[in-house]
Amino acid sequence: MANVFAFRGGVHPKHNKNTDVLPSIRLTDFPEVDISLHQQIGPPCTSVVAPGDYVYVGQVIARSDHPMAVPIHSSVSGTVKELHHVVSPVGEPIDAIRIESDGKYIDDPSLAPPVIESKDDFLAAVRASGLVGLGGAAFPTHIKLNPPAGKKPDVLLINAAECEPYITSDYRMICENPDQIIDGILAVMKWVDIPTAIIGYEDNKPLVNRIFDHELGKRVFKTGEKHDIRVLKLRTLYPQGAEKMFIYALTGRRVPPGKLPHDVGVLVLNVTTVRWIGLYLKTGMPLTRRRITLDGSALNIHGNFNVPIGAHIQDIIEAAGGLREEPTKILMGGPMMGISLDRMDSGIIKANNAILVFGSKETRVPPESACIRCARCVMSCPMYLLPNGIDQAARRKDLEQLNYFRVMDCIECGSCTYSCPAKRFLNQSITNGKKLIRAEKERYAQEQRLLAASQKASSGKEEQDNPQSPKG
Amino acid sequence: MKLQVSNSPHIRDKATTASIMRDVVIALIPACVASGIIFGLRAVVLILVSVLSCVVFEYLSRKVMKRENTVPDFSAVVTGVLLALNLPPTLPIYMVVIGSLFAIIVVKQMFGGLGNNFVNHALAARIFLVISFPSQMTRWTVREGAFSFFDSLLGKDLISSATPLAIMRNAVADSASGATSSATTVAESGPLPSLLSLFLGEKGGCIGEVCILALLIGAAYLFIRKIIVPWIPLAYLGSFTILVLLFGHSPLFEAVRYDPLSLDVWADALYEPAFMLLTGGLIIGAFFMATDYVTSPITTSGRLLFGLGCGILTFLIRYYGNMAEGVSFSIILMNILTPHIDRLTMSKPFGERRAKKNATT
Repeated sequence: MANVFAFRGGVHPKHNKNTDVLPSIRLTDFPEVDISLHQQIGPPCTSVVAPGDYVYVGQVIARSDHPMAVPIHSSVSGTVKELHHVVSPVGEPIDAIRIESDGKYIDDPSLAPPVIESKDDFLAAVRASGLVGLGGAAFPTHIKLNPPAGKKPDVLLINAAECEPYITSDYRMICENPDQIIDGILAVMKWVDIPTAIIGYEDNKPLVNRIFDHELGKRVFKTGEKHDIRVLKLRTLYPQGAEKMFIYALTGRRVPPGKLPHDVGVLVLNVTTVRWIGLYLKTGMPLTRRRITLDGSALNIHGNFNVPIGAHIQDIIEAAGGLREEPTKILMGGPMMGISLDRMDSGIIKANNAILVFGSKETRVPPESACIRCARCVMSCPMYLLPNGIDQAARRKDLEQLNYFRVMDCIECGSCTYSCPAKRFLNQSITNGKKLIRAEKERYAQEQRLLAASQKASSGKEEQDNPQSPKG
Repeated sequence: MKLQVSNSPHIRDKATTASIMRDVVIALIPACVASGIIFGLRAVVLILVSVLSCVVFEYLSRKVMKRENTVPDFSAVVTGVLLALNLPPTLPIYMVVIGSLFAIIVVKQMFGGLGNNFVNHALAARIFLVISFPSQMTRWTVREGAFSFFDSLLGKDLISSATPLAIMRNAVADSASGATSSATTVAESGPLPSLLSLFLGEKGGCIGEVCILALLIGAAYLFIRKIIVPWIPLAYLGSFTILVLLFGHSPLFEAVRYDPLSLDVWADALYEPAFMLLTGGLIIGAFFMATDYVTSPITTSGRLLFGLGCGILTFLIRYYGNMAEGVSFSIILMNILTPHIDRLTMSKPFGERRAKKNATT
């Protein structure tokens, strides 16, 4: 395997990992939580509790039979208040369950470590744990762990790159729970039958290799077993944590457009995801809390906080020290790919890893000017696309050109927009372009359906001569 | 509370269009200073007039078109400096103003302003002036003490190079000295200009192109600040040098084949390419004109192709053409080809190539 440690392109935003030496703090003071029923890629779950029910921590409150869906658990103990609509961070209405916490955090007495004897047991356990990709994509983990037949991965990559500025929640988790990470890795290696695992991290987190070396050494000493788990340092370069770049940097394998990691024999898991696998197998406690990084100029106190899923952002900010100044921008996630929120009363979801609260100084949006074709976007694009071409095509709503410039292959890492000296909103054009193409595809499919239906209807009634309708 | 909502990313790099243009101006300061030393106060006046008129035309044209004022982006200043550096020191001031007018209003603003001009506007203005005022644009003065054979030069490139090249050919005892017709136009056979004096700028030429040292200092600044990447200059100068070595007046192979071990022979043989690189507008063209963002390709392979094309065209014009200067026309011609080069060299998305290989095997 060729380790190349980086990829072509990328940008170097200021790391701002201000919180990497601060131990995480567990916050419990939340009067109520809003647990969204749609926290993953795939269909939403439906509630299985009714208002007035008493729920424990870890109790299933929503589920779905769809194979992609994972159950959602209560993150507090208390009374279910209502099932209501909230607005998701991206502006879509979604259902959420509001639970009034009694502040006691009583675990569900029925929680027990799962008994695992086969791969199917393992996958069922991972699904029952409510795990989705915690790096931000929220792809259900049990689907990822079960690649289609004939696509058996030969290497497990653990993504600890955490390339977004500010965010240190994965790093703190590595510092604080390395044993659970190794447990999770070993379980995946055992049940998915992968001989090798590589943990990849960026070189701005200096302790990672020492922590894991110590942890692995301890295990060799204790059990005598040696596992093929390697820890590799990558160059700090955004977006090193993007799946395709990460795979290329660690293995030299290139995932072709439209393909998935298992097409090149790789399974990639976020380090926090794998930690939850380890924890769940040991304790049976599903994903109900997570560590998030709180940072930004408008906050009094920065750090990592362990909070229940569904906790309101304003409650978290309040519990973590409050605001220093009036915020002008609140981000869910990092500054490169995070979503800016228009409200502070929404609850956090499983895939959240940071809440960044910025004051007016850091959020000034520079005015846009004409493209000078400096090609910084081209040089920074890790997917080798031409963002300036996509930008022009999207503004013209030129679908043909959008396809020509391969807009659908964009991973929306934001490197082009970050590096643009003309401050053009390239990423916005790209998302608009993608929407245009999706809408056109949808429209075309609809047209085809209607055409097929009308053909069927007309052929049934007047079988013979209709020269207009195409046959076959 | 009012929260700002925008598409990611939420942070931006510090570099702006204005900061890039400012860096280009800074990179041109050594050349401006050198021109002041070599040609005196008049050169400085030319630069100031050119910059001032470019800025004024930029402001006025935006005003007339009722568009936002783009003077703060510094691009008009860059145009002004580059245009002035490509003018002979004796040019009447009003012609400089006409050149600025052509560059800013006709080539830049009429095509949509910065980012939309299809050719380098400073070079286009220079060519416009060469065609409109041929005698004024080719009247070179040289500082006192410079080499005598420069005094009567009309076109600096081809004709000036003929004499030293003829001497060189004699030294190699080759019988092909009569091959070039250009040698007949210049009677004098002065001493060979030393490469050092060419490098420092003791020669006739446009005010900014003569001092190679100053230009290279500026180019180094551009590389260090990552304003330009080396592909275009590398391909341009590289292809031009190779062509001169292979097909010049005294091809390298011909020159050294009788005595390949003699250092003197090698020094003589390499004089021609060095002379060719150090004279005319090649260095300022390769580092400051051909690398103009707007009119050069955006991919690395496109940039290499662009530089290669510039090198070939410059060689053809200098050795076989009828014009004094090859650099401006080569760059302008390649500027026009840039959209096609971009299309030709469009990069494939990450991972795509491998997919195709897999599909075929």
